[in-house]
Amino acid sequence: MTDVLNIGLSALILGLAVWTIVAREAYAAVVGFIAYGLLLTLVWVQLHGIDVALTEAAIGGGLTGALLIGAAARLRGSETTARTERPGTATRWLAAGVSCAVAVALAICVLALPEPAPTLAPEVLANIAVTEVGNPITAVLLAFRAMDTLLEAIVLLFALIGVWSLAPDRAWGGRPGLLQSAGPNGMLAFAARALSPIGVVTGMYVFWIGADHPGGKFQGATILAAMWLLVMMAGLADAPPISRRWLRWLLVAGPLAFIAVGVLGAITAGAFLSYPQGNAKTLILVIEFALMPTLTLVLGLMLLGAPRRGESP
Amino acid sequence: MTAGTLFGLCAAVLIGVGLYGLIVNPHPLRKILAFNVVGSGVFLLFGAIAYRGAGAGMGGDPVPQALLITGIVVAFSATALAVALLLRLFDETGSVTLSSDAPAKAGNDAGAH
Repeated sequence: MTDVLNIGLSALILGLAVWTIVAREAYAAVVGFIAYGLLLTLVWVQLHGIDVALTEAAIGGGLTGALLIGAAARLRGSETTARTERPGTATRWLAAGVSCAVAVALAICVLALPEPAPTLAPEVLANIAVTEVGNPITAVLLAFRAMDTLLEAIVLLFALIGVWSLAPDRAWGGRPGLLQSAGPNGMLAFAARALSPIGVVTGMYVFWIGADHPGGKFQGATILAAMWLLVMMAGLADAPPISRRWLRWLLVAGPLAFIAVGVLGAITAGAFLSYPQGNAKTLILVIEFALMPTLTLVLGLMLLGAPRRGESP
Repeated sequence: MTAGTLFGLCAAVLIGVGLYGLIVNPHPLRKILAFNVVGSGVFLLFGAIAYRGAGAGMGGDPVPQALLITGIVVAFSATALAVALLLRLFDETGSVTLSSDAPAKAGNDAGAH
């Protein structure tokens, strides 16, 4: 039964991936990509990666999909010219040959993987008690490989700075996105009012539960960012101008707190980002709570893109 | 065939499909999409390897799974930056061509700013 499900899932995913590549219109391709992301979530569940499944659903399918849908709608006028630039038959066959060669080489590697598979699971299990968290993924993200997570938070911030720096001069310091003017009694405003409290509670729950069960700050922050975006799309709130000082402080607060905890570890526990005995859980919570607003803002603002209008609404 | 092998092979094909789209599709947005297909294929391959490392009462090796979460988030930020670059190019020049035949107009416009 499971085999049938897995084979069916693989077939659907491959079909949607091909659709994403061959679809005539970018909009249709992006819609295919979103469905692809959601089906990939089921694959992650089948591979026992519930935390990865949540991230894929929230960020891989959801946020990326929303970002690409917006871009496809704005770039619709550029597609006819692009079609005339399609490479010739020879190039296409060559590309197909190269792609097949890469796929076959990877497939051979998959079939030749060593048996028994190398694993770090026993080491994680042996050391997880020190971190006082119950979810092994959270333990890896915030204790065993905390450096990765710190650098990831900084990469997100740099990407946002990169996106902002693409603003035209007249809009620098202004508000990102377009001013939304949906009617205050419209369906969207109603959905934003009714859904956002539930979404905020769900986001906080996913964030808090991450210590012991699948979930965590990235997934929770994405849900909160989605609720923020929904409220903005319904015209109930406007995006903040990027020159606001409080906004910039909140954006750097998370990584700064993370670095401060790291330096504290260097002084009291002998190494950067190591936690003093008995205080691991407290410090992990400090990092998580500091990162949560930063991640929510970064993810939401990254989706809104570069500023396109002045400070006045 | 175990789920790990099946999805590992599926991932290999996804990487091939995405690579083809990346080379053949002339529109930059389609290239970004194709690159995301390649990326998800790489993630899935890594996930299949994590699944094979199940042990100690865990369904998969938690270390690669945690790295995957980091990877998905970083892939999103790279996509957002690529899309922002593309939209700025479109706003400046009114087209998004990557063809080397038509860079003159783009060059003039960039110089004016």
